[in-house]
Amino acid sequence: MSRTTGLTPSLLRVAACTGIAALTLTACGSGSGSGSAGSGSGSVKVGLITKTDTNPFFVKMKEGAEKAAKADGVQLMTAAGKFDGDNSGQVTAIENMVAAGVKGILITPSDSKAIVPAVQKARAKGVLVIALDTPTEPQSAVDALFATNNLTAGELIGEYAKAAMKGKTAKIAALDLAPGVSVGVQRHDGFLKGFGATDKDVVCAQDTGGDQAKGQTAMENCLQKSPGINLVYTINEPAALGAYTALKAKGREKDVLIVSVDGGCTGTQAVKDGKIAATSQQYPLKMAAEGVKAVVAYAKSGKKASGYTDTGVTLITDKAQTGVTSKDTAYGLQNCWG
Amino acid sequence: MTATTTPYAELKAPTTARRLLTAPTTGPLVALLLACVYFSLSTDQFLTGGNFSLIVQQVMVVGTLAIGQTLIILTAGIDLSCGAVMAFGSIMMAKMAAEGTLSPLLAIALGLAVCGGFGLLNGLLVQKIPLPPFIVTLGMLNVAFALTHIYSKEQTVTSLPGPLTALGQTFPLGHTDITYGSLVTIALFLLLAYALSSTGWGRHVYALGNSQETARLNGIRTSRLTIGIYTAAGLLYGVAALLLISRTGVGDPQAGQTDNLDSITAVVLGGTSLFGGRGSVLGTFIGVLIVGVFRNGLQLMGVASIYQTLITGVLVILAVTVDQISRKKAR
Repeated sequence: MSRTTGLTPSLLRVAACTGIAALTLTACGSGSGSGSAGSGSGSVKVGLITKTDTNPFFVKMKEGAEKAAKADGVQLMTAAGKFDGDNSGQVTAIENMVAAGVKGILITPSDSKAIVPAVQKARAKGVLVIALDTPTEPQSAVDALFATNNLTAGELIGEYAKAAMKGKTAKIAALDLAPGVSVGVQRHDGFLKGFGATDKDVVCAQDTGGDQAKGQTAMENCLQKSPGINLVYTINEPAALGAYTALKAKGREKDVLIVSVDGGCTGTQAVKDGKIAATSQQYPLKMAAEGVKAVVAYAKSGKKASGYTDTGVTLITDKAQTGVTSKDTAYGLQNCWG
Repeated sequence: MTATTTPYAELKAPTTARRLLTAPTTGPLVALLLACVYFSLSTDQFLTGGNFSLIVQQVMVVGTLAIGQTLIILTAGIDLSCGAVMAFGSIMMAKMAAEGTLSPLLAIALGLAVCGGFGLLNGLLVQKIPLPPFIVTLGMLNVAFALTHIYSKEQTVTSLPGPLTALGQTFPLGHTDITYGSLVTIALFLLLAYALSSTGWGRHVYALGNSQETARLNGIRTSRLTIGIYTAAGLLYGVAALLLISRTGVGDPQAGQTDNLDSITAVVLGGTSLFGGRGSVLGTFIGVLIVGVFRNGLQLMGVASIYQTLITGVLVILAVTVDQISRKKAR
């Protein structure tokens, strides 16, 4: 009976695969339409490779690049690793973009060291490579770096915390990023420098991966270990919000000062709501936009961008402290990302 | 009514064309060719020798893992630990050689042996206790992952000595540069394809996958066979480890985190049944290439990577659906 119904298993296979191909056609059509400036072949191509597709920071970065690409009439190609730390995914993206004939690549390296050989291969083929947000190791492996100065970002919240604590003895918890990741290390060190403390004053340091749930767990464990904590440094606002939840559960949210870095919109709103005392805001949109401009300039004049460009950082708080320059959350929300 | 009652399928003798059509790899092959035609038409850069060489080079690591994965899936097992075992093997090779603890060749040999050892351990646990392969390899995934990070101290290993990166070097073929590692992967695919299709061992693997009990009653030493397959898979992960460091030029503790799923994807796209006993490594090679071609082609067209993920997901579901339907029909 089943045989007379017509399709054999193999024919089904072929039919399904043809369907797949058809599906791909439509997916490609809509994808390239929204992903690029829609310019014809022969125009300048710029590549943007982020750590992931999903982190709001990189989503904003992509937005900035898209806007700039449209303004300059160039074609933007984007790619990302599958997870934070996916080096081989980024290597593959670089290779494919070079094959596609990009003039320049903007990359936020997942692994500062491991990406270097692939970057060198691309540069050897005359592609301008600019690191965004995260430097490579060594920094000279790329043509230029457009990034927040993470040490400064940390110092700002350190100085703010020093002023806000008004001479109280600090018992510090540090909710860090992950071992060996330069962004996290620099913010942590900057915070301690700005506060005038050393790692000895940190009573509890935990890695959170910048994740809210892990931030909460870390804070719960820190409070268990050392209930007297009164100052919390966090790598980013998700971690800070996790810490806030943990503190609130213990009824400690009023007497513990939380400071953070990033300046995402959710995070800035949390500053406005008083959950986080202050945050150092950075500007991913600007990093990407200036990166695109640099590639366009290279395509036009052959002149390559070089060195380090600080894309700026601003302290955002509604409880300004004398002697510490800051802007309020109204400004922060206007300029936030995500 | 009378016309449709004729069972036309039964009237025809199986021709060569018909046999080609019924081979489990035909569907994937057609999908691959269609994708290639499409990408050739839509971008100028796709249809070049250099680009094809690049695609093969990009899939050689997952491809080699997927050979081991195919062997295990053919026995109705699954290996979730392959990417993590590879990462551990590669970081051992890289660190030992870079720090001069062992000569580069000995470091490679040790890395291969360690990966083989993980495979052996997986096989013993699956066969001797016995435990479900899913659970054993899930545990081993975490063990290998943790050991990688402990041993490497989260540090990427750079400045690798020559022998470790030799397979990443290229030689010219016409106007195209071919990576030695690509040849290693292709050779392994051909070798295992031959072993599975034309040796007694290969027939035993399929028999084991269809029914372990029947295989045992037919005099196949199923226990030894299973453990051997897991060990061989482990050794293949060791080769993948060497290919990985030769490709990226560094020892990376973060490597391989999604490669277990990528290798399973390739196996499934290649028409091998997750229920064991049906499929081939050549199918897997096609499956690996499908993923590589899509990623490369979509990138050349300027499609954002999230669409690549979307399409791969749809492809996998379709492939498994086809497998299920064809099983029902075969019954």
